Amino acid sequence: PHAGPVESKNEAAMSELVPEPRQKPVVPMKPVGINTSLLGYIGIDTIIEQMRKKTMKTGFDFNIMVVGQSGLGKSTLVNTLFKSQVSRKSSGWNREEKIPKTVEIKAIGHVIEEGGVKMKLTVIDTPGFGDQINNENCWEPIEKYINEQYEKFLKEEVNIARKKRIPDTRVHCCLYFISPTGHSLRPLDLEFMKHLSKVVNIIPVIAKADTMTLEEKTEFKQRVRKELEVNGIEFYPQKEFDEDLEDKTENDKIRQESMPFAVVGSDKEYQVNGKRVLGRKTPWGIIEVENLNHCEFALLRDFVIRTHLQDLKEVTHNIHYETYRAKRLNDNGGLPPMTVETEENHESNL
Amino acid sequence: LQDHEKQYVGFATLPNQVHRKSVKKGFDFTLMVAGESGLGKSTLVNSLFLTDLYKDRKLLNAEERINQTVEIIKHTVDIEEKGVKLKLTIVDTPGFGDAVNNTECWKPITDYIDQQFEQYFRDESGLNRKNIQDNRVHCCLYFISPFGHGLRPVDVEFMKALHEKVNIVPLIAKADCLIPSEIRKLKERIREEIDKFGIKVYQFPECDSDEDEEFKQQDRELKESAPFAVIGSNTVVEAKGQRVRGRLYPWGIVEVENQAHCDFVKLRNMLIRTHMHDLKDVTCDVHYENYRAQCIQQMTSKLTQDNRIESPIPILPLPTPDTETEKLIKMKDEELRRMQEMLQKMQQQMQDQ
Repeated sequence: PHAGPVESKNEAAMSELVPEPRQKPVVPMKPVGINTSLLGYIGIDTIIEQMRKKTMKTGFDFNIMVVGQSGLGKSTLVNTLFKSQVSRKSSGWNREEKIPKTVEIKAIGHVIEEGGVKMKLTVIDTPGFGDQINNENCWEPIEKYINEQYEKFLKEEVNIARKKRIPDTRVHCCLYFISPTGHSLRPLDLEFMKHLSKVVNIIPVIAKADTMTLEEKTEFKQRVRKELEVNGIEFYPQKEFDEDLEDKTENDKIRQESMPFAVVGSDKEYQVNGKRVLGRKTPWGIIEVENLNHCEFALLRDFVIRTHLQDLKEVTHNIHYETYRAKRLNDNGGLPPMTVETEENHESNL
Repeated sequence: LQDHEKQYVGFATLPNQVHRKSVKKGFDFTLMVAGESGLGKSTLVNSLFLTDLYKDRKLLNAEERINQTVEIIKHTVDIEEKGVKLKLTIVDTPGFGDAVNNTECWKPITDYIDQQFEQYFRDESGLNRKNIQDNRVHCCLYFISPFGHGLRPVDVEFMKALHEKVNIVPLIAKADCLIPSEIRKLKERIREEIDKFGIKVYQFPECDSDEDEEFKQQDRELKESAPFAVIGSNTVVEAKGQRVRGRLYPWGIVEVENQAHCDFVKLRNMLIRTHMHDLKDVTCDVHYENYRAQCIQQMTSKLTQDNRIESPIPILPLPTPDTETEKLIKMKDEELRRMQEMLQKMQQQMQDQ
């Protein structure tokens, strides 16, 4: 049976787990001119509630891409992240299948619901990446796919009769899986991230981190961070997009200490201290996926889903997409790509 | 509890994440008020937003107003409540309906609304879209005189000129000059006439089926009270031992926030507390999109007529011309070339002479 997120009516439990939105200092309202002894309440703060209702009704899209050599646990990790069988591995992919000769792009969509919030989640897998003998330019099909989604969005945006809510297939987040060699990044890792960090939000992740001890992990992370910096690779959250001091402080800590997250994924459960946990059972002990002493999965999950999900989408829309759009318009002499709205175009848009 | 923890992914926090960003950015809202002078528009705006926007206003007398045309005046005020910032813009239309001859007196108003749409269209089509300012009018409160027997011709014409450009919320002004039965009759009359003349005023959206009974009841009452009969006041009077906003008459005190006295509270709740977001949505999704579609249609048909890319807007969606148009373009090209040749010959002749 699928272990999917369940709508919960247990408010108290939810509030323990839901991070508190930061409280803004309350500024007393200043009524001007009117007899101030009659301090009234207009009610403009309720617009937040109006917005929330509306967005809960319409639901959210989230598109996450995973890139890395086969066998690094990408599919398992995504399933663990969303506590659902949402990745390619679960859609009947046979492990005995041959490695594809070129990089393929496979997108699988699911609708998951939690706490009354509906999310249309699309997981984009890239089997074949980095698996060939000659891996030159193997990021190109990926870059092409990402740009194609921007193009699709742009075309819909410039349409005369455009949809109220343009379907968003753009990649909001790309998890890049680094092999836990313990030494350094590989040339392919650098090449990929150099090219793609300019078009999509890349979150580097150290896969199968249970092969490293704590010291090895810390050293490896430091080395990786250094290498990324030396090579001018800006992974998400990018420094230049920090909106204010609050963001910068929070993100600096993540960039300089936590990332890249060293993760372990699992969809099997074991009994530990009377609790059922996701983990990997080895002769020398059980690795608990959600235990922060064991690995950083919980940090990754909180980062991507509980705190920065909306920001990932906004950076994609306001920065990466706008960059693509500006380039397209410039190339086209200031004109957007236009297709005449024929019957068949319209049909395919529906 | 264990099972629940296991199942919890955490994206139910998404509305909170969106909330946080919106609170940081703040909101904006543009409200237009229209109607004859003296119907209490300014007082009502002050009452709604607890401000005093018209402190330095100078009221003109009749003589001074003879040659006055309809103006558009904007006031902006920043309001903050419980950490939420709102940049409120009030668009005033002094002079509307005041002249002896009021033919097409709504034209400056429709022009203004169109200009804001056009500005937004340009900005949206441009290359740098980082800081687009949204000056589109989200709602127009239209004040109907309580002294008539329903809508006057100028009311009908105004609303018909604007109902496809902006959300119109008609109000019965200065409702304290009417007794309850008169208000009921007037509201009925106005509703009939709105139907009869095909005027599309702002429609409150349907309630969700999962809302509680109290909410649904409030929603029903809201819909049944339209058009709202309002009273505004900037002064505080003492009533029943309490200080309230109201108007003091020898025969009693009219309390603005008393729902038995007028619909002010309903209007305020609708405008600010429940429907502000929807008013903005309908403006963006319906009125603006209509404008944009019309604009694009006009531009493309102009293109095929003139054979020139003339539009000041930097982005012009160019359809691939069909064979008819291609022929036309070729013909015009030929014509142009022949004319140029002739001109050259003439110039040559003149030089030779």
